[in-house]
Amino acid sequence: MPFIPHTESEIRDMLDVIGVDSIDDLFDEIPEDLRALALSLVPEGINEMEIGRVMMERANKDGLYVNFIGGGAYEHHIPAVVWELTTRGEFYSAYTPYQAEASQGTLQLLYEFQTMMARLTGLEVSNASLYDGASALAEAVLAAVRAKKKATKVLMPSTISPVYRQVVSNIVRNQGIELIELPFSEVGGHTPVEIVSQQTTDDIAALVVPQPNYFGVLEEVDALTDWAHDHGLLVIGLVNPIAMALLKPPGRWGKQGADIAVGEGQPVGIPLSSGGPYFGFMCCKQKLIRQLPGRIVGRTVDTQGRPGFTLTLQAREQHIRRSKATSNICTNQGLMVTAATIYIALLGADGLRRVALQCHANTKRLLNSLAKIEGVEKLFDRPFFHEGVLRLTQDPSAILRALEAQGIVGGIDLSRHYPQLGDTMLVCATETRTDTEMDNYELHLERIMSRRRLDPPCAQKVAGKV
Amino acid sequence: MEVTDIPAEFLREDLAPLPAVSELQVVRHYTRLSQSNFSIDTHFYPLGSCTMKYNPRACNKYAMLPEFLMRHPQSAVTTGQGFLQCLHELQEILKDITGMKGVSLTPLAGAQGEFAGVTMIRAYHDSRDDQRRDEILVPDAAHGTNPATATMCGYKVREIPTDAEGDVDVEALRAAVGPHTAGLMLTNPSTLGIFEGHIQEIADIVHEAGGLLYYDGANLNAIVGKVKPGDMGFDVIHMNLHKTFSTPHGGGGPGAGPVGVNDRLLPFLPIPIVTEEGGDYRWLTEQDLPQSIGRLSGSMGNAGVLLRAYIYARLLGKEGMNRVAEFATLNANYLMAQLRSRGFDMAYPTRRAAHEFIVTLKTLKEQTGVIAMDVAKRLLDKGYHAPTVYFPLLVPECFLIEPTETESKQELDGFTDALVEILEEAHRDPELVKHAPHTTPVTRLDEVKAARELDVAWNSE
Repeated sequence: MPFIPHTESEIRDMLDVIGVDSIDDLFDEIPEDLRALALSLVPEGINEMEIGRVMMERANKDGLYVNFIGGGAYEHHIPAVVWELTTRGEFYSAYTPYQAEASQGTLQLLYEFQTMMARLTGLEVSNASLYDGASALAEAVLAAVRAKKKATKVLMPSTISPVYRQVVSNIVRNQGIELIELPFSEVGGHTPVEIVSQQTTDDIAALVVPQPNYFGVLEEVDALTDWAHDHGLLVIGLVNPIAMALLKPPGRWGKQGADIAVGEGQPVGIPLSSGGPYFGFMCCKQKLIRQLPGRIVGRTVDTQGRPGFTLTLQAREQHIRRSKATSNICTNQGLMVTAATIYIALLGADGLRRVALQCHANTKRLLNSLAKIEGVEKLFDRPFFHEGVLRLTQDPSAILRALEAQGIVGGIDLSRHYPQLGDTMLVCATETRTDTEMDNYELHLERIMSRRRLDPPCAQKVAGKV
Repeated sequence: MEVTDIPAEFLREDLAPLPAVSELQVVRHYTRLSQSNFSIDTHFYPLGSCTMKYNPRACNKYAMLPEFLMRHPQSAVTTGQGFLQCLHELQEILKDITGMKGVSLTPLAGAQGEFAGVTMIRAYHDSRDDQRRDEILVPDAAHGTNPATATMCGYKVREIPTDAEGDVDVEALRAAVGPHTAGLMLTNPSTLGIFEGHIQEIADIVHEAGGLLYYDGANLNAIVGKVKPGDMGFDVIHMNLHKTFSTPHGGGGPGAGPVGVNDRLLPFLPIPIVTEEGGDYRWLTEQDLPQSIGRLSGSMGNAGVLLRAYIYARLLGKEGMNRVAEFATLNANYLMAQLRSRGFDMAYPTRRAAHEFIVTLKTLKEQTGVIAMDVAKRLLDKGYHAPTVYFPLLVPECFLIEPTETESKQELDGFTDALVEILEEAHRDPELVKHAPHTTPVTRLDEVKAARELDVAWNSE
């Protein structure tokens, strides 16, 4: 029987010890009329060889594309070592380190992770992970509102990913928290402090500052941070961990530094995988540590004075504090953090910085070459990290479909979420894109744009060709 | 390579202080760290309520095919038809197992599934303009995530006591429900390891008061193929795929907490959900489900975990699914019978174990001063991971023991012998047990120091 080790004689012996005739007797406390009929939608079991064939067929059907999409999840090279080590059974099949003495491997690794994240973000402390970047931002909003006690509103620039803003709203709205969206400059693609400073600061707990923002544009983090602090608000930095090796970290923004930093951990060692599992991270100043949600690992000593690691400050958490906990989170994304820690250790600060620089250089090259095509222009004149917005004279969704037919996933259509910008798309070229791939993108985009210019789909419709 | 076009005001002035080591150093360091862990692959791990069963390697291998790993979540559904087909079939499998009408795979863990479920309860009452309902009822034996979730959803929490037999105190429930009741969150089999006998009566009481019934699927492993939560009267349910569907626990996640609902909650399911039309798969989004409670994460959920669960379900098939509950229950009742015959006290001796059961070491403490935590630590010395200790909170000095179906009789017998040895040691040499563990990489850790002199990140350069 798959994964069940019992022999017939063992089953007999076990039933005798229990004192029942059959396994079915063990379910005799379940009312008869509740007993389920046979499963109807679960298919017959198949063996490993057969499921392997099914999965490989489906994977082949999906195929592989040359990827120019970012928007919060990024294709980076993941060294072979990362997942070879991460999927070792001792990491893969352990659980939350409740028994510290039997979990020092996981605990020390989490402590190393917390250290790495604190150093990347320039803040003092980190938790041991949250679900993903979007839900981590929601948790940061909740933490800021708790810390500010009486304030119930948070300022959310609309240069934050539209999906992130939706997720935050969905998670915090039933606690009476209001999110105030801030407009952005359509010239720079950023959130000028002049716009922010028009806001009333009554009842506001925090300002969220994305760096880079959803458009890839760099925000004026120093000025925004100082404005917020001058008005008694907390600052939540929403950052990309790879960028933190190159850009000024939240802990050093403005005169006092951001108070909380959160983000999507996927870029450091986690495959794209259609959206998950990824992990969220959350760091903060020491004085806010009791507002952190989720697991935190602390370093201490054992009875013989040797250093060791254990879960700490558990009185914040649901299994102790129940309805008064900082969050309901229990299981987090431990295995993803295992991969991230190994990835960061392998690359080091210099390696991460080189990845960040190559991403920036590739994106710059891509944006410049695509913007030379007739009907394509680069939006926003501000410094950027590894993404950029292009405005097209055509419907971006149709262009992206045509690129897909050439094996290229070319970007994200922004026209639904940012209609004020017109027909725009967000493109990204990480360190994994080669010059040839970028040239190929340019070639195909040029052909598609010119074909549609000479023979527009609306004309085809009129002529009855399509 | 130097940056010339990003102004200095945006840049980091230094290199982040991170490790600078070779690949071999990394491999050796993390390999050695891994070796100081207990895990299912290396040890019996009977952590109650966590369902620590074997994680089949095939599930990992085929979920990690390059086409699945490389696909960007924002790319068009046309680039992921094979992936979406797996998810759609998983949705159907979960509907069948739970007896629910609709399933959304998107919640990222059990607690997020609970959040989605209770938010749907709220959306349902709001849609009927019934805003008086501001209270969620939770049994006192419930997982901490239940009351914490209710708070996150803006509800007050009211605890319902447990009766002497371990069931929900029905009279107390009857007295507690009313026009302010939004719903009741219940685990069945309960966290006490027993099947809630009055479930139909409980469902009627809550429904007649206008509340909805939430099923915490933490213990679904005990009843797969035997009872469907939908048939018990539950309106909404979350499942923990890292438990029942054997996806890895990974040192604390990732999990996956899909939710299932009956007809009246269908419009509120979190998005996205996979739908199939004429052999083509696509996502249902806010355009299709305007009353949805919305998105709960940046993408669609823990896709890689869902693929592993799908592969597991296909490997087991319907017969295998039935065996899960049967052998998990057989193992739990066998281990309970063995321990009872060797002198251990059960918290609920008249009840069948569902897939887990509770031992209370109250007598041992009175006789020797050795407490449950000491016994747990001594088990580590004997090569067994400890069961869940001190949960549920209402049983003194308790072990919640869940062996799961993938453990052999030999392993269970070895565990029984180890516990009996510890019982003897506790009487003969209590200090030996009180100072356990002795053989692990570290001995007992100073948790007070860890909390008082916080050191959560290495501070010297």
